[in-house]
Amino acid sequence: MAHETHTDNPYAPLDTGHPSAFTYFKVAMLLVALTAAEVGVFYIEGLGHGIIPILLVLSAAKFALVAMFYMHLRFDSQLFSAIFVGGILLAFSVGLALLGLFKFYV
Amino acid sequence: MAHAEAAPGGGHDVHDTTTGLSHKKLLMWAFLGSDCMFFGALIATYMVHKNGSLVGPFPEDVFDILTTSTSTFVLLMSSMSMVLAYNALTRGSLRGFRIWLLSTCVLGATFLAFQVFEFNEFVNYHVEIDCVNLNVEKLTDFEKTFIDRCDGTVDHVEIETGLTPRTNLFGTTFFVLTGFHGGHVTIGVIWLLSMYFYSFKKNGITSRHHEEVDVAALYWHFVDVVWIIIFTVIYLFGVFPGFD
Repeated sequence: MAHETHTDNPYAPLDTGHPSAFTYFKVAMLLVALTAAEVGVFYIEGLGHGIIPILLVLSAAKFALVAMFYMHLRFDSQLFSAIFVGGILLAFSVGLALLGLFKFYV
Repeated sequence: MAHAEAAPGGGHDVHDTTTGLSHKKLLMWAFLGSDCMFFGALIATYMVHKNGSLVGPFPEDVFDILTTSTSTFVLLMSSMSMVLAYNALTRGSLRGFRIWLLSTCVLGATFLAFQVFEFNEFVNYHVEIDCVNLNVEKLTDFEKTFIDRCDGTVDHVEIETGLTPRTNLFGTTFFVLTGFHGGHVTIGVIWLLSMYFYSFKKNGITSRHHEEVDVAALYWHFVDVVWIIIFTVIYLFGVFPGFD
């Protein structure tokens, strides 16, 4: 929640309860590192189908970092998380159902 | 007028809501939830038809992981600059807000330029085979179908085999998915750019408008998050050589 002070200054700082700029920068560096790890793992041919869970975990971690910190889900109402995660779960379920319907095997 | 401090959704002159949250933010989250299903359907459709193309070119022929990794990095940095723009505004720094917002627009436009470049490369893709120094093992399955053109009378074979939405299932599903994503990015760039120019109006965008900026930022971060999934599932899974 944002707390405003009684002032005529339209640019008065607000306390939104969100992270600092340095935290955002650290998250960005983590995202870069995870992306580099994904590309690095991609060139390890010997992994075979084992690369699937590795890449899924790495991309899920990136997804979670952006959603929790940049989209502020970690600091905002849980109703927002429920709405967003609900959509993701529905999308995932429909996707799995479609893949199963067409008997898709990697 | 009711004071805003009791409203968790924040923002200027927020009225009481049944949830205690901002309607603007709630609507944006509902939209993003529905957009998840939209992109989920497109990604699932791509995966279902992934190996169903009768003719090439195929993903391993056209995808350039290094170029796509660079565009992924650009989009990630645009997410960082967007959240820093929001942070600057809430700290009361209009100059910082403008700088980071413009950076986001530039990075977003750079990503779109990468997409245009990539689409152009795909459409103009052609198979090149050096018949003199022929190394069959280094050719992709699609390229191998043209080996018979090295009949001893030519040194070099070049065949125009561009990838378009009409070429094969891979082309259709790929261009629809990434095309819609690119459309989302374009709308985002236009939105953020209009916000940037509006900030030059007297009291056009102040720290009390942080909610409006937050809503735009949510849309931008969602576009980034979708690309994270697309990069992994379509590009990395699409051409990983270890699956052979």
